[in-house]
Order: sequence, then structure tokens, then C-alpha cells
Amino acid sequence: MENFNISKDGFYGDFGGAFIPEMLHPNIEELQKNYIKISESSEFIKEFNQLLKDYVGRPTPLYFAKRLSKKFNTKIYLKREDLCHTGAHKINNTIGQILLAKKLGKKRIIAETGAGQHGVATATVCALMGVECIIYMGEIDITRQAPNVARMKMLGAKVRPAKSGSKTLKDATNEAIRDWISNPIDTHYIIGSVVGPHPYPDMVARYQSVIGYETKKQLIKVEKTEKPTHVIACVGGGSNAAGLFYPFLNDKDVKIICVEAAGKGVNTGESAATSILGTEGIIHGSKTLLMQTNDGQITEPYSISAGLDYPGIGPMHANLFRTKRGEFVSIDDNDAMKWGLLLSQMEGIIPAIETAHAFAVLEKMKFSKSDIVIFNCSGRGDKDLDTYINYFKL
Amino acid sequence: MNRINQTFQNKKDILSIYFTAGFPKLDDTLKIIRELDNSNVDMIEIGLPFSDPLADGPTIQKSSEKALKNGMTTDLLFNQLRGLRSITDIPIVVMGYFNPILQYGFDKFCINCKKSGIDGLIIPDLPVDIYKKSYKSKVENYGLNMMFLITPQTSNDRIHVIDEISKGFIYMVSSFGVTGARDNFDEYQIEYFERIKEMKLSNPLLIGFGISNDKTFKSACENSNGAIIGSAYIQHLKNYGVSKTNDFIEKIKF
Repeated sequence: MENFNISKDGFYGDFGGAFIPEMLHPNIEELQKNYIKISESSEFIKEFNQLLKDYVGRPTPLYFAKRLSKKFNTKIYLKREDLCHTGAHKINNTIGQILLAKKLGKKRIIAETGAGQHGVATATVCALMGVECIIYMGEIDITRQAPNVARMKMLGAKVRPAKSGSKTLKDATNEAIRDWISNPIDTHYIIGSVVGPHPYPDMVARYQSVIGYETKKQLIKVEKTEKPTHVIACVGGGSNAAGLFYPFLNDKDVKIICVEAAGKGVNTGESAATSILGTEGIIHGSKTLLMQTNDGQITEPYSISAGLDYPGIGPMHANLFRTKRGEFVSIDDNDAMKWGLLLSQMEGIIPAIETAHAFAVLEKMKFSKSDIVIFNCSGRGDKDLDTYINYFKL
Repeated sequence: MNRINQTFQNKKDILSIYFTAGFPKLDDTLKIIRELDNSNVDMIEIGLPFSDPLADGPTIQKSSEKALKNGMTTDLLFNQLRGLRSITDIPIVVMGYFNPILQYGFDKFCINCKKSGIDGLIIPDLPVDIYKKSYKSKVENYGLNMMFLITPQTSNDRIHVIDEISKGFIYMVSSFGVTGARDNFDEYQIEYFERIKEMKLSNPLLIGFGISNDKTFKSACENSNGAIIGSAYIQHLKNYGVSKTNDFIEKIKF
């Protein structure tokens, strides 16, 4: 059977690996040697599950979207990650990594953040565990995402501006990596998506896989099958998608659909549709598809949703794209915004703009009546209210 | 024999200077090399600018940003280097991150390095194991040296592996941290230098990161075959321009 999960040496097909400077080798090697052993220990599993239940509020519902299903004449389920504590799936991963960091004896946590969701989720678990927390955030994002900056500060984190390059997510990631190079012994770096050097893509996917495994369990109760026909999620770096897809990766009966942000349109020069616009290369220590110039300089993507404008995708997704195991669809700003409103008014759920992108495939693809279509409703729209207000003149 | 090996055979207290190609001005590359050669530095490292230089501190980051803004590309650098060997005989190393080299084409990159008279490569984010598996034979076939980094955190076992695979010298990162000028070495660093010295590696050692003045250069030379200065020289270039290179080097060499 073809394997779409990670190989022993840390690759998904041609993609992945750990292309890191020697300065990071001890940190990465420590993680590579320990992450599975720790994550699979009964003590870890017990603590992880307990926190997911009591603190995050899991299991999140698998909600049958009645009106939407009727409109599109198919069966549509929403995996309600928007109901997680802090408002998105991001916290599943930060809970996992903070527990891992504690087992590794780390005293200091660093993280990067773009829109601020992962920063908030990291600051939250650091407060929970009483650990020092430093969040790197692009200088431009700090002004664009003021409420999340305030949240992180309230939670006790220090927010440090990334002032280099384009002053956004990729530069915040660079700064976090530089911090880690400078503090290799006491610090753990909590990466927020399925990107970065091996083992991060797999580690984050494992901590997020609770989304997919819960879905299976919940589906059997309502549909008498563990298998949906389609699993659909938005992809920036790709962590919510990886979490939902994880148990279905090698089951080809389940169609995998990745929704990317087309921004102002794939060919406008202001887009984040990495699978179409990207080429093979190395970003943040991982071989994957990324947006770059012919000369190998990494370029800045654009999307109305700050959570989707990462210039790469995780190596798992790059492999899903190359092998055609996953179908990739790109949705532009206007369609995403339209669906933000539609989901609000048809199901009473105001989604994050990232999440809204995923739903827009309902108008781009045909589904049959008997299909079981699972959407990862990855985050709620509170953080995007300003963007919604400005767009719809609310 | 490769110029790098020759230099280590014939000289001690090697001073190697790093600069970013395309900084401060796009066409400064050969001018800087000429100045450095005239100032009697022993080796030069040309940095190929990259949009996301993970291992570099603010000084080199900013110089890379400026160089890219000025219009530096890999092709242009090789064009500029056409006259290289008519102006200098000292060893020249190219330091670049892996992604731009991959996009250029690894083989083409090596061929053009060789044609230009480049003696060796430093690719900080090309890990030893992947190099060994996929690139080592190519690099060696083109007659180029490949240098790797070690840090205070690198285990002795791994240092031996790196020593075996490196050709030319080992780049000994002086401390935890990214590139950038620092004023002196602490006890912990000296202890690390001594530990490595006692390992009696087959490659010579150059200490880099944090070397900025005569004091740190001298201390590096006491503990290794010499040192690499980058950020401090970039800062000097920025403040005083290419033509004042000798003032900077004079103060460092003893």
C-alpha cells in the first residue's frame, strides 16, 4: 500500500527532512529521538487527553449542517474546532508540545505567530503551565492584529517584533529559529503548523490528529461508518487539514480536499495558492513547495486571511499534491468572505476567514446525495470581525 | 592543491573576511576583493544573499536585504566574478543558503564556482548526512572544498564525522547564537576551544561568529588556525565604504 504518512527518515515522498544549520542539530536531534517515545507514553497520553477534555473542551461536536446539506443536496458535517478553547484547533498542538517540552526539561518557550492565533494558543498553555513564553510576530502583523497582541500580553507572554524581511509570519519564524539557535539548551520552540524541519510536521500532525480520530468515532454513531467520502480543510501551513486527514491518509476511499487561498486571484501576484504558484525548495528547514523567485528568494504571499499567507505548505501536503492523493482548490478573497457570511446566516456559525475558504468548495465541486462530506470548521470568526466589518460595511 | 589547503599549509593566524555580494553597492564585489587582497587578508568568503538567512544576525541580514534590493542574483555574481583570478591569488569561498543554490541547479552552481576560480563552499543549512548521500561526490568531482560548522553543542562523535567529511577547514562557531560582532570570549568558550584543540582533528580550524576586533582575533588564533570576521566588516563597509577596508584590517592583524 502506498504510504502518505511520514517515512522513517522524516520524508513524505520527496518532501520533508531537516535542512537545518548545524547550530540547531542538537535541538532537532533531541526532538527526533524523543517525540514519539514521549508522545506514546501512557503518562503523556493520560495528561494530554485530560487537558484536551477539561481544558480545551474536547471532544468537539461533529455537527450535521442541516440547512447547508439541504441546499447542496448532500450530507455535510462540520467538525467544530471553532469551539476549542482560544477559538481554533491551534491549541491541540500547543497542549501536546508544552507537555513534551516539560518532559524534556525545557524552561522557556518560544513561538512564531502570524495572525496571532498560534501565539495566543501558545501563551495560553504557557500560562497554564507557568512557563516563560516569548512570541515572535512580524512588525506589520503586530499592528494588523492588535487584539491578539493584547491577549498574548494579558496571558503573560512577551511579544517580540520581527523587523527583518517582509516583517510578517515567515520573518517571525526566522526570528524564532534564531532565538532557538541562541538558546539551545533550556528552550523549546513550539511551531504552530505542520512545517519546519523533521520531526515538526509529523509531531504537529500527531497532536492535531485528535480531530480526525474523533471524527471517525463520531461518524460511526450517526452514519454507521467510520469513513466519510470527503474530508475538506483550508491549508495555509496545513495543521488543521493534517489533523483531520491524518487517519484517512492511506484510505483512498476517502477523498482529501485541500483549500488554498487564491487571494485576489491566482494570477494577480497577490495570492497564497502555494500548490499552483510554488516550486520545490527549502523553507524553514523543510523541503516542500514554496513561493519563490527564479533565483530562490522566498516571496511574500497574500490573502485576506492572515492565517493562510504562509509562502510554503507542509511537506505532507506537498506530497498529497504531487502524488495527486489530495485535490487542491483555490478560493479567492471574495468567495471566502461570501462564505463567511453564508455560514453565519445559514448555520449560525461565524467562521474564521481561513475556515470560510474551505466551505467555498461547495460551489466549486459536485457532491452526490449519499456523500458524507466533512469540513474542518477550524476556527471562529471573532478575531476577523474587523475584516468582516470593513468588507461588508457592517 | 586547492588554494585553501595550501594556505593552511603555509600560513598561520589566518584572517578570513566575509562580505555579502551586492552590498553596499551592486557592483562592489571585485572592488571589495581587491581591497581585501591589498590589505593582506588570507582568505575571503563571499556571501550569496538570501531572503531568509536563518543563521545570521541583524547586520548580515540587513546587508542581504540591501544586496537583494540592489538586484544581486546568483547569475550576476558569477558574471562579476569573471575577472576574479586576474586580481587575486588568495583562496575564495562562497557561502550561501541551500535554497538559492538548489534553484540555480546544484551542478551548474558547482561548475560556475569552479570556472570562476572559487575554492570552496559553505552551505550552512545543508546537513552533513544529506550532503554525504547526495552531494559530496559532485562537489569533490568539481574539485571544490566543502566546509562544515561545529558549535559548542556538537558532540565529539559528530565532530569526528564532520572532520571526516570536511575538506579545507572546519568552521568553529564560537558560541550559542547567530552571526554578529561580540567584544570578547568568556570562560566557557575558551574551554570549548581547548576541548576541540585537544581532539587533534585532521582539518584546520577557523573560529567564526563574534570575532570583531584585534582582541577576539588574537584569542581565536591562540586557540585555532585563525578566524572569520563577517558582521564587523559589513558594519565597517556600511559606515566607511569599500575604500577604507585597509583601516579595518590593519587594526585586526597583528
